[in-house]
Amino acid sequence: MTMHFEYKIEGGDFTRAGYASSQVKRSLKQLNVDPKVIKRVVVALYEAEVNVVAHAYSGIIEVYIDTEKIKMILTDKGPGISNIELAMEMGFSTATPEVREMGFGAGMGLPNIKKNSDEFKIESEVGIGTKLEIVVFIKQ
Amino acid sequence: MKVSEIVKTLNLEVYSGCKGLDKEIEGGYTSDLLSDVMGHADSGNVWITLQTHKNVIAIASLKEIAAVVLVKGYKPEADTMAQSNEEGIPILGTDMEAFEITGLLFNMIKG
Ligand SMILES: Nc1ncnc2c1ncn2[C@@H]1O[C@H](COP(=O)(O)OP(=O)(O)O)[C@@H](O)[C@H]1O
Ligand SMILES: [Mg+2]
Repeated sequence: MTMHFEYKIEGGDFTRAGYASSQVKRSLKQLNVDPKVIKRVVVALYEAEVNVVAHAYSGIIEVYIDTEKIKMILTDKGPGISNIELAMEMGFSTATPEVREMGFGAGMGLPNIKKNSDEFKIESEVGIGTKLEIVVFIKQ
Repeated sequence: MKVSEIVKTLNLEVYSGCKGLDKEIEGGYTSDLLSDVMGHADSGNVWITLQTHKNVIAIASLKEIAAVVLVKGYKPEADTMAQSNEEGIPILGTDMEAFEITGLLFNMIKG
């Protein structure tokens, strides 16, 4: 069995940030997935979702759930990331002052995604966009 | 301890989310950085912050926060209150600063 969900993200639209995460959380709860696993998925997916809203123009989230894992692929059109190693550092952020004032832009998103995932891949092309692949195993 | 008990004892304002006043509180987290709350708050926590926008409730819901306490007289925005009512997550308020209300809540919850 594989379940598949897809969501669109609009860059700059903070009012809907977290929508996909809450839908996925609901589905995982219905599937009786271990709450600890759900918590990790929620943190990773929320941060990835917010990054598209805060830093890119538009994006798509694909979520695949099977009996072994939850796989989330976020593909965005946006400025891309020129130095991924730097972006992965705790505290590094290029968020605008307005975004920071809202409490986003602490530079903790990518490190939190990595910490809460079992497999994490990031690819980016400057001027084109960024792709994240996040896997959380159901049996920890 | 129930959310309604901290409201009563600390004389907190209840802006919205009354459905959730019966929720049990387990510990708390004080932060205005959303990623910090996302990464470190636990379910059942009361969240003390000065952020008033709608994303606060999105995060509170994802993290299963028991209630949000706004400090220094900050008031939630209209769409934040609407979302709080929908989710049943109370938004409370106080004129106190974060340091003071956190201390009082710490003593009540841990004490
Ligand atoms: N999808 C993305 N598109 C473009 N840049 C991104 C994207 N995700 C992250 N970044 C870059 O990496 C930095 C660090 O990201 P993150 O750790 O989530 O912190 P924050 O979002 O708080 O700035 C961002 O400030 C931004 O420069
Ligand atoms: Mg981020």
